[in-house]
Amino acid sequence: MAITSIKNLKEFSTNNERLEGAHLLCPGCAHSMIVRELLNCTDDNLVVATNTGCLEVSTAVYPYTSWDTSWIHIGFENAATAAAGAEAMYKARKRKGTLKDPDAPVKFVAFGGDGSTYDIGFQWLSGAVERGHDFTYICLDNENYANTGGQRSSATPTGAHTSTAQAGRVSYGKKQKKKDMVAIMAAHGAPYVAQLSPNKWKSMAKGFQKALETEGPCFINTVSACTTEWKFDPKDTIHVTDLATDSLMFPIYEIINGTELNILYRPKNIIPVEEYLAAQGRYRHLFKPENRHVIDMIQKEVNEKWEYLQRREEARV
Amino acid sequence: MKGVLATDKRGVRELGAEEMVGWDEVTQGVVLPSFDQPIGNAALLRPEERAYSDFNSYTATVASWRVIKPVYNRDICIDCQNCWVWCPDTSIISRDKQMLGIDYDHCKGCGVCVEVCPTNPKSLLMFAEAEAPEDALAKWPEKKKKEKKD
Repeated sequence: MAITSIKNLKEFSTNNERLEGAHLLCPGCAHSMIVRELLNCTDDNLVVATNTGCLEVSTAVYPYTSWDTSWIHIGFENAATAAAGAEAMYKARKRKGTLKDPDAPVKFVAFGGDGSTYDIGFQWLSGAVERGHDFTYICLDNENYANTGGQRSSATPTGAHTSTAQAGRVSYGKKQKKKDMVAIMAAHGAPYVAQLSPNKWKSMAKGFQKALETEGPCFINTVSACTTEWKFDPKDTIHVTDLATDSLMFPIYEIINGTELNILYRPKNIIPVEEYLAAQGRYRHLFKPENRHVIDMIQKEVNEKWEYLQRREEARV
Repeated sequence: MKGVLATDKRGVRELGAEEMVGWDEVTQGVVLPSFDQPIGNAALLRPEERAYSDFNSYTATVASWRVIKPVYNRDICIDCQNCWVWCPDTSIISRDKQMLGIDYDHCKGCGVCVEVCPTNPKSLLMFAEAEAPEDALAKWPEKKKKEKKD
């Protein structure tokens, strides 16, 4: 097992990069921050499968690839299936003794956006987790279909303006709630499920290492701030992510074996959700007087969720 | 700097500028390898030791995306590596826990590195793309004093 040191950033920075530059993600995109961090978390051989989405179309533009690892892309929905299939083949060949280098440690990782995880690839992910393959699935959650022009997904939060849930005279944006994917995956009984955020690099690196080390299917939901569709300045990616975690819109926590919940980051000063919403253009319409009730509703839901997480952590069930 | 970036293929091409086979001419099972020779596990090799192929985006450049660029001031830097961990474009060059500089072939000028820099004054600042590095360094702001609270 070759887990790299994450004691401090200086030691972490001695790792050799396996995602090359000159991919075509937008300037300031959080996707590549998250992917780089995962690739730097381990020295093991990696087999990476990627769903269709921003990450896939930007890192594998013919005739280029930005990946220095093995990389598979099949379809929109089946990164989980591709990783599971590769893992099953690896195990079978190991058993039959037909591997070239049977002692080399290999890890299987799948990346998907929120569209392909929450909506399109949902049953495939569910199936792969239920079958218990040894892989790690990482959802890069930017809360919309950013690759195709910012349509709403089931990860889009209430009140956000998207190109298919527009805000205007009759609507305040998306009216439905965000799907609680972390709870759904925990309910599958997956051994390690977490929600992590790139601004807290250490808890994210620790979570990734835990997931890679854990035998069995692990699911991690990561917050990926989208400068294009959330509508903020590219330089503010980390600032907006800070606001997301400090306002508890994205609480950082893990669930082990479907029951044991640990909160990994407790903000010293919890800021009102309003500050997070005000930093993004997609929520601009909520600050009109007639939409005030939506902000209050979001704040109430965030408070309830935080209360729920704290109680569950205490109860250990 | 030059030594770290060394490979003669570096940054000579813009994406899409070269002649390549069209999508309808690509045959089934064709492979675009990342490396010219099998290098095993890339995590065990530093970028300057890898034999990058023409298909690796390491050999391409996105420098033309930039209108402003980060300039690095070695004198103030404390090697905290914040810029390294949050750079989305693998453009901060760090070796042996030291920040060496910026990879201008891959930097898109997003400015995240400047925002996360903790020093006072910042050791990375954004300047116009046309600004010469030495001019930029000459314009570096003085240390800001903390305002006393009454």
